[in-house]
Amino acid sequence: MSNVPANLKYAASHEWMLLNADGSVTVGITDHAQEALGDLVFVELPEVGAHYAAEKEIAVVESVKAAADVYAPISGTVIEVNQAAADAPESVNQDAYAAWLFKMTPDNVADLDKMLDAAAYQAVADAA
Amino acid sequence: MLKKTVLNAAHRATNARMVDFGGWDMPVNYGSQIEEHNAVRNNCGMFDVSHMCPVDVVGADCRKFLSRLVANDVAKLQVSGKALYAAMLNNAGGVIDDLIIYFLTETRFRIVVNAGTAEKDLAWMQAKVAEWQLDVSITQRRDGDNNLGIIAVQGPNARAKVWEVLPQSKAATEGLKAFFAAEVDQYFIASTGYTGEDGYEIMLPAGEAEALWNALKEAGVAPCGLGARDTLRLEAGMNLYGQDMDETVSPLDAGLAWTVAMKDERDFVGKAALTANGQKQQFLGLILLDKGVLRGHQQVITKQGNGEITAGSFSPTLQQSIALARLPLGVALGDEVEVDIRGKLLKAKVVKPVFARNGKSVI
Repeated sequence: MSNVPANLKYAASHEWMLLNADGSVTVGITDHAQEALGDLVFVELPEVGAHYAAEKEIAVVESVKAAADVYAPISGTVIEVNQAAADAPESVNQDAYAAWLFKMTPDNVADLDKMLDAAAYQAVADAA
Repeated sequence: MLKKTVLNAAHRATNARMVDFGGWDMPVNYGSQIEEHNAVRNNCGMFDVSHMCPVDVVGADCRKFLSRLVANDVAKLQVSGKALYAAMLNNAGGVIDDLIIYFLTETRFRIVVNAGTAEKDLAWMQAKVAEWQLDVSITQRRDGDNNLGIIAVQGPNARAKVWEVLPQSKAATEGLKAFFAAEVDQYFIASTGYTGEDGYEIMLPAGEAEALWNALKEAGVAPCGLGARDTLRLEAGMNLYGQDMDETVSPLDAGLAWTVAMKDERDFVGKAALTANGQKQQFLGLILLDKGVLRGHQQVITKQGNGEITAGSFSPTLQQSIALARLPLGVALGDEVEVDIRGKLLKAKVVKPVFARNGKSVI
């Protein structure tokens, strides 16, 4: 079964979020998402400095099987992208929580409180 | 309710990720699609293709029937066991299905048709037998009594692995050139496949399929899902019905002109339409030069006009994205074209629609 760390927040669209000490949020796709997609072969990252509203398409991950959009889980501005994940998409399959995709500064950090906790996301993943 | 092949329990026991494939509950992979793909290119893998439908054609008029039914010419089948790839066309020249015909005797041929098209294919064949008033009986062998399972064992070591598990089949099959079949006891063993590798497709009584599957697995043959089957056939430049052609597409526009025998007097369903319409597009390969992944239905922009990708993915053998596409006449091999991927125009190169065979890139 897929791994859902308790220290993270989740979106029902299968992104995970980690609130950093500096108030930024690191975002990636969940273990469940990488497993459903299969072997990833391409990752398209957003541009640093761009602003995205919550639930807007922000990145793309493609496996041999299919392309999937990654959505901005909360509104915010991209401050950093993980080029290593784009250079080695298989790293997302190997550890979806280590191979983050981007960091953003949230418009409102309180938005994070509205996201799913591990138990709620596990229920979403189990139903998928 | 999804249909299940006789190997369904075996797939689930091997932790297959199952998907709805045209109404069938089929394994898409057993973990890593790329590892399965590479197993077939470098060693040996096996696929459950029991969802495909064997059809036995029996009777005095078999040859006459098949000669009118399909666009390829069964006159090419003169040696018992020889197989022929052919397209069955409608009156408008569109492809009802692509299939393989095995010649056994003058009164017995076997056809294997695609899973999703089997019902309409059988209805079409039955209707043609009646219309042409021929002495031919058509019997499907996928469902019900006397049904068959099909296991495709593919890869450079496929023959050796099959002989290890079915030693009694070696004498009858070791001399088989590509595209032949031999019947050994209850096994129908054909040197056909859908991967661009050597190997066998084995039809056998459905009740025995699981034992053979498990024995092959025990012998080190990797179970492979439909995901790897798709990337293997794509690299090999083999058409997939429903993606690369269908009832609205002429075989001449789908890269299947080599399977259409137009030159002699023989008449077949769809011939008049093909003659009247000619070729309108060409079926070619694309290699993406930029980063990204080519997919079906993406638009291709060329100097001669727009075309469309019919199937695309990432090629594990080439380590870049490849596709099959229908492009305007006049586009030449080596041309640089653009592909619209989510609104961005990325560069691709036009190549022959064959990317890998026998373990290696042919680009």
